[in-house]
Amino acid sequence: MVEDGSVKIEVVDLHKSFGNNHVLRGVNLKVRDGESMVVIGGSGVGKSVLIKCIIGLVRPDSGNIRVDGQEITSLDEKSLNEIRKKFGMLFQAGALFDSLSVWENVGFGLKQHTSLGDGEIKAIAGEKLKLVGLRHVEDLMPSELSGGMRKRVSLARALAMEPEILLYDEPTTGLDPIMADVINDLIVQMRRKLRVTSIAITHDMVSAYKIADRIAMLYEGEIIEVGTPQQNKDSSNPIVQQFIQGRAEGPIKVR
Amino acid sequence: MNSVFDYIGVHLIRFLQESGRITMLFGQTVVWIFRPPFDVREPLSQMEEIGVRSIPVVVITAAFTGMVLALQSFTGFKRFHAETLVGTVVALSVTRELGPVLTGLMVSGRVGSAMAAELGTMRVTEQIDALYTLATNPVKYLIVPRFLASLVMFPILVVFADIIGIMGGYFVSVKILGTNPTIYIRRTWDYLELNDIYSGLLKACVFGMIMATISCYQGFYTEGGAEGVGKATTRAVVLSSLLILISNYFITALLF
Repeated sequence: MVEDGSVKIEVVDLHKSFGNNHVLRGVNLKVRDGESMVVIGGSGVGKSVLIKCIIGLVRPDSGNIRVDGQEITSLDEKSLNEIRKKFGMLFQAGALFDSLSVWENVGFGLKQHTSLGDGEIKAIAGEKLKLVGLRHVEDLMPSELSGGMRKRVSLARALAMEPEILLYDEPTTGLDPIMADVINDLIVQMRRKLRVTSIAITHDMVSAYKIADRIAMLYEGEIIEVGTPQQNKDSSNPIVQQFIQGRAEGPIKVR
Repeated sequence: MNSVFDYIGVHLIRFLQESGRITMLFGQTVVWIFRPPFDVREPLSQMEEIGVRSIPVVVITAAFTGMVLALQSFTGFKRFHAETLVGTVVALSVTRELGPVLTGLMVSGRVGSAMAAELGTMRVTEQIDALYTLATNPVKYLIVPRFLASLVMFPILVVFADIIGIMGGYFVSVKILGTNPTIYIRRTWDYLELNDIYSGLLKACVFGMIMATISCYQGFYTEGGAEGVGKATTRAVVLSSLLILISNYFITALLF
């Protein structure tokens, strides 16, 4: 969509280890403004660690992350919180607060960071829920929702503060194919309607091809290839080919 | 030989690390108490959970402790004909020692485990990460209300325990062992000083802080799914209880 757009998020030579496990070994990635970037890779290659670094949940050992040109790796908690207000994140299992009702979940950010009253917050929450295709669920508790509904409520919560950037952690994992497609459609719609920049991590190639402007493959702690979905399908890299075709044999070592 | 030093070294480092992290969490909690935004609803609902819902446990514990104390000290004092001092012993033991300690231990078992399990589940289901992404500090949002509620409710529960414990002792002495009620009450009041009660309440405040800090710490830093939550819960109760017993000695020695 945006070939020459300005860079929204820039990750430079990012390293992160947990004990002896060197997860990220120099990740470089540029995400343009308004673009939908999908990071693919096997389980345990550090996809989650990468997006958790980008939103400041995990501090990298070295390297830089710039959001709108601002370096975030060295920020203190307070400034980081200001940056985080630009973000919305959809967690793998939803991560809804189970002591709060659906509308309190969706309106959580508004409650914490604005002076709006409960009535207004509930109204906004209702709108955001409509945006993700949910009606009449405001007063339910998260435990009463199905997996697909939880993800959509979580998406509504991520949208409530009108973020510029959305992060999706395995948005389709654990859903049936139809619900997965509903979520994919929502992700595409969000980008069109709200013009947000997004990064999704997934190993679901159907989803990746549907939602991505560009696809980046993470392998052994580095981004080995970035390109459009078509370029990704046509890749001459045997590692990429093995992954997208889902073959057990090939250069990727299965642990 | 090396492996012995390794063993000692590894455990010493782990102990120091853990102590440091607990102290830091305690420090952060205290700092966040005084930083806005100030929320009343969450501390109040925690007070209900920690305080009001613990009353039955505390009442039963204190009643039977006071009762057995009366029986036991009666047996002892009878040997040198000092049965009338039972009231004094019950009152002093309950207010200075058994009220706060047993309340602390029982409430730690009830509330500490729940705190660790709740925060631990929030950690492993990424709810704590979600708080960060919503630009909300989890120490402020989750730990401060629990800490404040414990600090306030522990002494109040101990007041209940003191009253019920003394009543338990009275019941057994007067109704079962046949002590003269006037003498029993006079022996209770004559030797009981306000300081006895204050020292018990001071202990209760410290125990409340210990329980909240340890239990929240264990829950907050839970790792490893459902199993991790189970371990955190156990550790919260065991460590809170041990620290309550250890600190109890030192507070007593300090106030001696």
